[in-house]
Amino acid sequence: MALTLAQKILAAHAAVPVSDVGLEAGRIVNCKVDLVLANDITAPLSIKAFRQMGAKEVFDKSRIALVMDHFTPQKDIASAEQVKGVREFAEEQAIAHYFEGGNAGVEHALLPELGMVGPGDLVVGADSHTCTYGGIGAFATGMGSTDIAAAMALGESWFKVPETIRVSFSGTLAPDVSGKDLILWTISQLGVDGARYKALEFDGPVIDAMSVEGRLTMANMAIEAGGKVGLFAADTSTLAYCKDAGRTNDAPLAPDPGAHYERRLSKDVTGLEPQIACPHLPENVRPVSELKSIAVNQVIIGSCTNGRITDLRAAAAVFAGRKVKKGLRCIVLPATPAVWMQALQEGLIETMLQAGCVLGPASCGPCLGGHLGILAAGERALATTNRNFKGRMGSLDSEVYLANPAVAAATAVAGVITHPAAL
Amino acid sequence: MKYTGKVLALGDHIDTDAIIPARFLISTDPAELGRHCMEGYDPNWLDKVTPGASVMVAGRNFGCGSSREHAPVAIVGAGIAVVIAHSFARIFYRNAFNMGLVPIEIGDAVSEFREGQEIEVNVDEGNITNTSTGKAIVFPPLPAGMRAILDAGGLAEFVRKRLAR
Repeated sequence: MALTLAQKILAAHAAVPVSDVGLEAGRIVNCKVDLVLANDITAPLSIKAFRQMGAKEVFDKSRIALVMDHFTPQKDIASAEQVKGVREFAEEQAIAHYFEGGNAGVEHALLPELGMVGPGDLVVGADSHTCTYGGIGAFATGMGSTDIAAAMALGESWFKVPETIRVSFSGTLAPDVSGKDLILWTISQLGVDGARYKALEFDGPVIDAMSVEGRLTMANMAIEAGGKVGLFAADTSTLAYCKDAGRTNDAPLAPDPGAHYERRLSKDVTGLEPQIACPHLPENVRPVSELKSIAVNQVIIGSCTNGRITDLRAAAAVFAGRKVKKGLRCIVLPATPAVWMQALQEGLIETMLQAGCVLGPASCGPCLGGHLGILAAGERALATTNRNFKGRMGSLDSEVYLANPAVAAATAVAGVITHPAAL
Repeated sequence: MKYTGKVLALGDHIDTDAIIPARFLISTDPAELGRHCMEGYDPNWLDKVTPGASVMVAGRNFGCGSSREHAPVAIVGAGIAVVIAHSFARIFYRNAFNMGLVPIEIGDAVSEFREGQEIEVNVDEGNITNTSTGKAIVFPPLPAGMRAILDAGGLAEFVRKRLAR
């Protein structure tokens, strides 16, 4: 049987060999997992469940990652207590990949950068944006803390084989249009539940030419269409990225010709404008030119969606020689310590500081309304993050718009939602 | 398993930030999380939940967004045992079983149930009766694997039994 990427990876990890019938969409497959992830919000519940299960040891102490990135640097006593509990668990279990403080970054930027995920891997994480690793060809999906506790104990989990929607992009991307715009366009077409329980597979000449970081941005938001995974084939760009991250022995990965797709979407991106998701759902997408005079109080540049070096380069290119609008706060959170260092060495940090940006630590921070940039009633933000649900970044009476980093920087300068070319 | 209660009606795409805003994720205690259930939707929503009014009936894609298990924990902590929806977001659906919260997906039949109506849910037989209108609907039995997790009282207990074997 010709297999989709999702079917191929699940088959390769099946705890007992599966037949073609067993790989049909809707079937349940028990699979061995390569990596199990949790963070400072979700790990405490996982640890509680792990104890309740009576588990004594994790299945493999080198295949668990615990990343303290959401309410860190610890924002209050309660979050410090949560991190402390996770740290003690990591010490007790001798978990190799525990990240806190100076070696921690936003989990989904950090793990690919460290070479902890590769093409064809099966990853489960107690975080919905675990799907990010689809950008390098890994079947990676979010689950709840107790499912993750079970995976930590057993090294396996159950998966329903998903249908796949294939999304193909052709044409030429305009300047200031990037992966973020393609995924926002995709979500606008599918709706926030259009890929519910399904896999997304992205391909086409635009994807072939896209950086791996751009693909990670796109895969990251598959969940915003309800998707279980957002998958990309592993090509020469992927292998080069993985090699730079210190990995060896990765191989190309592609879906089989003739694999079954439930639905196909295609888009010629020539002439596509930057896309903006308007409150309060990521599917409420409009081209930037349709949004007039929308003033914002805060701009956030960072997150597991758009906090990587290419994102900061795009933002800094707009900020060069310009100033953040008086009275607006523009908060930049490079997603990992390595991204921070790279941005510093390239002069991006200086450019952004001179523009009047606030530079913060590698943290999820305000994306989920945790800390480092919370909205008051009546305030409005534009962010490079992934969700604009009501109250997501603070008050129930605040608003969040989502956009790419270049548009975010232009908006910070103009004070209203703006295309960089219009500055 | 049988449940009776008044309907607490909700719309489409109720996200996990609405069910339990992130600022409350500094606790794993069901009672504490339950005190903030749906606070990101309506800060006064919990006032409607009483021992007699305890079945959520929602629209499409209930529980979309974050993987936070705190969402079903908060619902259970608020005294709600069953959520009926047109459809559920994938991660929430899995989490609900794992936390011992019964999720029932019934598609367009959600339109049969309105705020405040008395309903009776029979999970074993797979039917829901609206005792206010007399209308009854059926739903497919829960998958055996899922039912086993619910019967054990959630995934942690289910795995504990498996590990103890």
